[in-house]
Amino acid sequence: MEKQPFERPFIKKLHSGMPGKFGMKMDFDPITEIDGINVKDLIGEYGSPVFILSEKTIRKTLNTAKRAFTTRYPKVRFSWSYKTNYLDAVCNIYHQEGSWAEVVSGFEYDKALSNGVDGKYIIFNGPDKSAEYLEKAIQKNSLIHIDHFDEMYMLNELSDKLNKKPKVAIRVNMDTGIYPKWDRFGFNYENGEAWDAINRIMIGKKLDLVGLHTHIGTFLLAANPYKIAAGKLADLAVNIENKYNHNIKYIDMGGGFASRNTLKGAFLPGTDTVPDFDDYAEAITSGLINSQIKPDNLPLLILETGRALIDDAGYLLGTVLANKRLADGRRSTILDIGINLLFTSFWYEHIITPAQPFSHHTEETAIYGPLCMNIDVLRENVDFPLLKKNDHVVIKRIGAYNMTQWLQFITLRPRIVLIDEKGKSHLIRKNETLEVFKSLEKTPEYLNNFKL
Amino acid sequence: MKLKKNIAVSDSGFIFDPNSGDSFSMNPVGTEIVNLLKQEKDSDKIHDAMTKKYDVPPDEFNKYYLDFIQTLKQFNLMENDD
Repeated sequence: MEKQPFERPFIKKLHSGMPGKFGMKMDFDPITEIDGINVKDLIGEYGSPVFILSEKTIRKTLNTAKRAFTTRYPKVRFSWSYKTNYLDAVCNIYHQEGSWAEVVSGFEYDKALSNGVDGKYIIFNGPDKSAEYLEKAIQKNSLIHIDHFDEMYMLNELSDKLNKKPKVAIRVNMDTGIYPKWDRFGFNYENGEAWDAINRIMIGKKLDLVGLHTHIGTFLLAANPYKIAAGKLADLAVNIENKYNHNIKYIDMGGGFASRNTLKGAFLPGTDTVPDFDDYAEAITSGLINSQIKPDNLPLLILETGRALIDDAGYLLGTVLANKRLADGRRSTILDIGINLLFTSFWYEHIITPAQPFSHHTEETAIYGPLCMNIDVLRENVDFPLLKKNDHVVIKRIGAYNMTQWLQFITLRPRIVLIDEKGKSHLIRKNETLEVFKSLEKTPEYLNNFKL
Repeated sequence: MKLKKNIAVSDSGFIFDPNSGDSFSMNPVGTEIVNLLKQEKDSDKIHDAMTKKYDVPPDEFNKYYLDFIQTLKQFNLMENDD
């Protein structure tokens, strides 16, 4: 007689009382394959844990976003936010789709250049731009977004030194009705600092003011603040035209669009609450079109959204290391994926899905990572199916920030694999090894020997 | 190691404990083990029966079995060992 499949024995206490008004359906289907490749085969070939990126989803999401904006506004350009995911293969997919590069450090600037991006299509943002890199950016005609007056003074000096007019925009921060109000980057709109910066640039005549930039926040769950922001930048553009007869070439609305992940503490899942690209596009483009900017002078609209473009394309595959029981009777499951690889678990309730079929029985479970650190918690308490040691799991929507903010802490970083549009897998970043890590270290001669 | 005598178990895996008024639900494997405990089978017999019926190596079954018994104890469904 053939033996029946085994599920570990399980008992759950039933609680009477009012059921939750918003009782959520868990993910009841396993994720057994990604873009046609079996999860088990991916882990077999590339090890566990492993990051997987879907090229098909990257291109599809970008084209959905593009369509939302280009059907509403005549001139639109996306600029790939390098810090969100700066793997060369990923950046080049966006560049193939026509996205410029948006960088926030010398390292990212060099990475964009090494990918073959022409300097004039690199937007240089952020508070940390050294004189060396500003000079490089000026020589290569990049778009420099000024963050503070010290940077403006430095650019004035470099303009004299190089006898070249740098192409600049100013970053503007403002009140759009959201909390927290971001005011640490750029010049403030309401207190007149932004207008003051514009006047200094225009009167100084050393810099070519080509754009206006804002980035009002991150993971914004409402689209209307973008309309307010677009309106305020448009007002600045109109004032510049009226006073100096100078037309701004572009308005850069930054990023901050939310992905469909669920924030910790949120009552409803992100899939139900997050605005889609059409909502953001409607807010931004109506803010610009309904402004006083003359129709012939409508500036190019640049968008630097990162998270919403790539989160859905990323998966993290892992394996159950152990199950154990906590002092209060709750189950805990230990995965080989920790906060070192899943930085975003600090603010998202990530959906962790088994990679093999499972029954409808679930148990209250705390899901921990492998690190010997108390903070290594992926989910504090989740109704989770009964997994056994060596079972596999898939964590979806992890394409943004995890492959840049990950930590080399306690363990080494794993491989990253791209699945192309034909369903073929490619290794796009090797796993780290002890040799890679040690090659950066130097031990003084006298510390080489010891006796225990 | 015995299940409390007055514990009621249904075929569908529902347990009622009249001492506390608590109720529980189990999956089929859990239900089968509890029914064997109710018949006062010892651990060896339960092991034999389950590993014959299900596709699970004996060592692995033992881990889940011990954990399950521990949970039953935690829920006060087992007689105290004296």
